[in-house]
Amino acid sequence: MTSAYLKIDHVEKTFQRGAASTNVLKDVSLVIDKGEYVSIIGHSGCGKSTLLNIVAGLTPVSAGAVLLEGKEVNAPGPERAVVFQNHSLLPWLSVYDNVALAVNKVFGGVKSKAERHDWIMHNLDLVQMGHARDKRPGEISGGMKQRVGIARGLAMEPKILLLDEPFGALDALTRAHLQDSIMQIHATLGNTMIMITHDVDEAVLLSDRIVMMTNGPSARIGEVLDVRLERPRKRLDLVSDRTYIAAREAVLKFLYERHRFVEAA
Amino acid sequence: MNAPIDHGRDGMGQPALKDAGTGTKVVALPAAAAAVVVLPQATGKPLREKLAPLAKSVLVTVLPPLVTVGLILLFWQIAASGPQSSLPPPSKIWEEAKDLITEPFYWAGSQDIGLGWRILVSLQRVAIGFSLAAVVGVLLGALVGQSVWAMRGLDPVFQVLRTVPPLAWLPLSLAAFRDSQPSAIFVIFITAIWPVIINTAVGIRNIPQDYRNVAQVLRLNQVEFFFKIMVPSAAPYIFTGLRIGVGLSWLAIVAAEMLTGGVGIGFFIWDAWNSSRLSDIIVALVYIGVVGFVLDRLVAFIGAIVTRGTAAQ
Repeated sequence: MTSAYLKIDHVEKTFQRGAASTNVLKDVSLVIDKGEYVSIIGHSGCGKSTLLNIVAGLTPVSAGAVLLEGKEVNAPGPERAVVFQNHSLLPWLSVYDNVALAVNKVFGGVKSKAERHDWIMHNLDLVQMGHARDKRPGEISGGMKQRVGIARGLAMEPKILLLDEPFGALDALTRAHLQDSIMQIHATLGNTMIMITHDVDEAVLLSDRIVMMTNGPSARIGEVLDVRLERPRKRLDLVSDRTYIAAREAVLKFLYERHRFVEAA
Repeated sequence: MNAPIDHGRDGMGQPALKDAGTGTKVVALPAAAAAVVVLPQATGKPLREKLAPLAKSVLVTVLPPLVTVGLILLFWQIAASGPQSSLPPPSKIWEEAKDLITEPFYWAGSQDIGLGWRILVSLQRVAIGFSLAAVVGVLLGALVGQSVWAMRGLDPVFQVLRTVPPLAWLPLSLAAFRDSQPSAIFVIFITAIWPVIINTAVGIRNIPQDYRNVAQVLRLNQVEFFFKIMVPSAAPYIFTGLRIGVGLSWLAIVAAEMLTGGVGIGFFIWDAWNSSRLSDIIVALVYIGVVGFVLDRLVAFIGAIVTRGTAAQ
């Protein structure tokens, strides 16, 4: 796999607020292959969410470019689906209708009504939420909401699925469940995924590569770590795995020795 | 309530109690007896028991206002019974305007009709004027809420215009429409529209960035965004505006009808005043109050149904 599927090419981002300008990202370059699972990790405020928003097209770049299959990305679109940190489900729609909104928009002209229905149910079943299709987001738990958010993202059949701290707001047990689900989905569908996280274990468990960002302002990519762990990965087996421990240590050392978070958080 | 059930199960219940203290049997039998008691309790609950809390809650909400009304009527009766009293007491109103109270829908000629009919005529005007205000108000509010330049250009104008009292528009609209019916409707429209515009705009400005991001990722176009994100998301605000608007409409219609004439509850009051039928006026006031209350609750009720999901985030 030598051809660049997604190319983040010398991206810079400066936010202008009146006279004051903040340089958030400086010269960020990254190449991601098809089917790869890449995590971006860094302390809060280092601009990792900004980077994800740039790839999503929600934030315009100040300099540089993002290329998907050789084409420049400069607006949001369903081929780069986002799973938002706070699920962002529309509370007035049922679980089914939330996914249907995406499916009908993306496949409205391509698939028949019955096909779309099957596709919606297929994706809900994929995240084990088929049973709650008629519930509204207010009636289900945080973990379930995030599952539906993932189903909505997957249902768009994106080239890249962008996950913005998808499990950040969940308790540890729910998070572990969802991580397993994501691993399974990644194994089945072979999606390309980029995930923002600040959880070291999560990053090592899920990723093929971990991109470590330095502290902002003017954050850069500090290091990229290859996680050479066989898939399927099992949480329990990894606890004592030497590669896992080494990878974990490398990330921790990067975050807490060389790029300690200076400001009081 | 449990007593008859226990009697029916005596054959099972009694031995269990007698054995209580002898050994292994004890553990099983009381448990079985307990299970037996629970089941009939759920199904055999008499209707009276179920209705009791309902009746109590009705009583608690209905009784206090009834007592208040009773006290007011009593006080009024005493205060207005003197020979020099300028206003009629409730007893005299009942004597003089009994037909208006008991027969709201009688019809005895074009000007001698029940108050119910007059209310309906007024309601029709409000319905037309208010519907127009709702549609135009939501659209203008969406524009002001969505576009910074529309807000900068329109908001100051709205803020000035909304302080103009409803009746101040009447001469102008009479001059423009040269007819009382559209003028009255215009006054309703111009009265009800401001709270709808302002609340809609606030609601749309408050649409969370998350929903906008979702819309962007899905590439929803303007029309889809309006119907699928904007309106449902701003619905609680829109309904607040509509509720204030319908209240103001009802305030304005009575005043407008007093001046424009024709059929309608407002003109009825003016007519009654000109022929010194004070009792009729007081009955009409009660009608207006009750209808205004119902209108308010109706819009609130529709709002509660429509915004069921939005509020429960």
